[in-house]
Amino acid sequence: MSQTSPSADAASDTRPRRLALPVFHPNFLAEAHTAAADANLHAALDNSVTKKDYGRREALAQLPDADGLRELAGKIKSHTLDHLDYYLELLEKNVRAAGGQVYFALDNAQANAIVIDIARRTGSRLVVKSKSMVSEETELNDALIAAGIEPLETDLGEFILQVDHDHPTHLVMPVIHKRAAEIGRIFEKYFKVPFTEDPQALAEMARVYLRKRFNEADMGISGVNFAIAETGSIVLCTNEGNGRMCTSRPRIHVAIMGMEKTIPAWDDLPVFLKLLARSASGQALTQYTSIITGPRRPGEQDGPDEFHLIIMDNGRSRILAGEYRDTLRCIRCGACLNACPIYRKVGGKSYGSVYPGPIGALLTPLFNGLEAHKHLPMASSLCGACFEACPVKINIPELLISMRKDLVESGIISGPERLVFRIWSWTLAHGWSYRAGQMMQRLLLRLLKKPDGWITRLPGQPGEWTKVRDFPAPAKKDFRSQYATYRKSATQRP
Amino acid sequence: MKVSLFVTCLTDLFAPDVGMAVVKTLEYFDCMVDFPVAQTCCGQPAFNNGFHHDARDLARRMIQVFENSDYIVTPSGSCCAMIRDHYIHLMEGDPVWEQKATEFVARTYEYVEFLTKILKVDLRLLSLPAEKTFTYHYTCHLRGLHTTGEPCIDLLKQIGNVHFTPLEKAEQCCGFGGTFAIKYSDISRAMVMDKLDCGNKTGAQEMIVNDGGCAMNIGGACHRHGGKFIPRHIASIIWDAIESGKTASPRSAGTSGVTTAPSGAGS
Repeated sequence: MSQTSPSADAASDTRPRRLALPVFHPNFLAEAHTAAADANLHAALDNSVTKKDYGRREALAQLPDADGLRELAGKIKSHTLDHLDYYLELLEKNVRAAGGQVYFALDNAQANAIVIDIARRTGSRLVVKSKSMVSEETELNDALIAAGIEPLETDLGEFILQVDHDHPTHLVMPVIHKRAAEIGRIFEKYFKVPFTEDPQALAEMARVYLRKRFNEADMGISGVNFAIAETGSIVLCTNEGNGRMCTSRPRIHVAIMGMEKTIPAWDDLPVFLKLLARSASGQALTQYTSIITGPRRPGEQDGPDEFHLIIMDNGRSRILAGEYRDTLRCIRCGACLNACPIYRKVGGKSYGSVYPGPIGALLTPLFNGLEAHKHLPMASSLCGACFEACPVKINIPELLISMRKDLVESGIISGPERLVFRIWSWTLAHGWSYRAGQMMQRLLLRLLKKPDGWITRLPGQPGEWTKVRDFPAPAKKDFRSQYATYRKSATQRP
Repeated sequence: MKVSLFVTCLTDLFAPDVGMAVVKTLEYFDCMVDFPVAQTCCGQPAFNNGFHHDARDLARRMIQVFENSDYIVTPSGSCCAMIRDHYIHLMEGDPVWEQKATEFVARTYEYVEFLTKILKVDLRLLSLPAEKTFTYHYTCHLRGLHTTGEPCIDLLKQIGNVHFTPLEKAEQCCGFGGTFAIKYSDISRAMVMDKLDCGNKTGAQEMIVNDGGCAMNIGGACHRHGGKFIPRHIASIIWDAIESGKTASPRSAGTSGVTTAPSGAGS
């Protein structure tokens, strides 16, 4: 794979690398504790993500064979990942053939340096951005500001976050944690206008402002939903029209993608278009689907003078080589977040990094290391709603369990817990010790029970259970004894 | 038809009546039920917590205990999903055990699955002694069995005197998740309270919950926080109906509870 960085500085950067993913809230337990008690948050999330989850189900049910399509999409992605070196070279060749430039960035610092180089060379001072999770991953805005270049988010949600110096908490609905009144306050301060919480009026304020800025911008930066290797095209799926403005109005268009966004061929695209919007929001298609192949050609009216595609690794090669390759199938639709009962209770902020929810619980430890994020794979009831929702069939619960195995094998799980499980499995490995264990549990628990048959306080760690709910006392006679008695009486019957 | 019951450790200790209901109901439908007493646990808690070595030992034990069984039936969806989704994978690299696991998996059924797919029971001649309203919670691990809640709800609705009212967010996890409920009790609390609220809104007296762990979680929350319903296993409801029909219906003239299966039942 050719390295075509214009920046010798970036390529020879020997400074210690920052974490692959920025972490905004490192303490999962503290964040989750607060969020889990926030009934307003739960109501807001039910009103958005839970509704979107039902929308997804309905939209997928309209397809003749949604399950078959998901299977196919997963297979296409897996095939691409299995041959990613080949498809990336093909993509590079065809983007160049269409008149674009291609850069491979090893990490987020390099990716940002490439963008800054292009901006400096082209004299770009104002950069308008359409929504891009990869640019959140690289913290591109901070890097641009540090380089004296003004970035401006133009997706309404991302714009609100930028103005408020906040971070997205959902893959496709970045500002889901803010209510209209809060946004009204933010805009009141920013635009110096009277307070309103009318969503229509707030959106209009942003629209008028952004429209003006689009015309002043030198460079547009977009993400990439799909990059088609066969044609060298990038595909953008957006709802607000800002993506199209960013990629057609300014002189320069820079698209930035994680390398796993590649798909082999034009004919593969409909498979993903049918699934992406349905899975994300229950729409058949997003309002805008832009397919961009190179810059404006001679004789064409619209489009930028230059088109640059930055393909970022940032740890993906390492993931590709390991047992978690399937996580790279992800098309960032957010369906697993919407379906997740944990996300619905702790919100996106708790997950700490740019990638929240079930897929984030895998990606964050994969990118940044397991030790610092050991709660993410553990804090799941393994209900499987994410796997059921995933349009590319990433078996998230199974991968979470694999990661728990890694936690055990790498010694991150504490000694006492290991001991408990050793004793527990030894007890269960013999009939007599199992029966003795069950009998002891029965006797002890029955000592603790109240007259109504319930235990209201358990000692030690099991006390976490009775903090929340009562614990049933075991029956006076367990199943084994009841069954033995039943059999005895049955044989004694005439 | 010979059926071996895998009762599961939670049912053994905390809900023996569910186990007995399964035994008697299967006998009612002409099955010869046995209970291999050496059985303990499927290994799910160890597996889910990443202790795969321990889980593998317990899985081998399970396979041995049920080696001579034609069918293995369990009233717990999650234990069945543990077996079906993970046993073969756990034995990977050991062809003999992999083969044994494959055969074991093929013979193992969750209770509702066994009633509907193998026995193909028809419950339309059964009736509860009095009218009762039910709702249904989808226990998550049924996803691992690739089934919806429909087969169970259909069975329930076949029984006389049953009224059914759907549960809002029925497919949303109740917050049990084994050790999850203890390790992340804050999150688990928010989840089970949501389930309780949705259950209370239905006006149902009983919520069908076909998994020992989920039933303990939801039942414990109902008891602590004033639930208007109680969680119950479908096996108990079906047995209630069979038992109450004993004197009313001519077909249950037998003495042992083992009687001719109603029309439609396979054998």
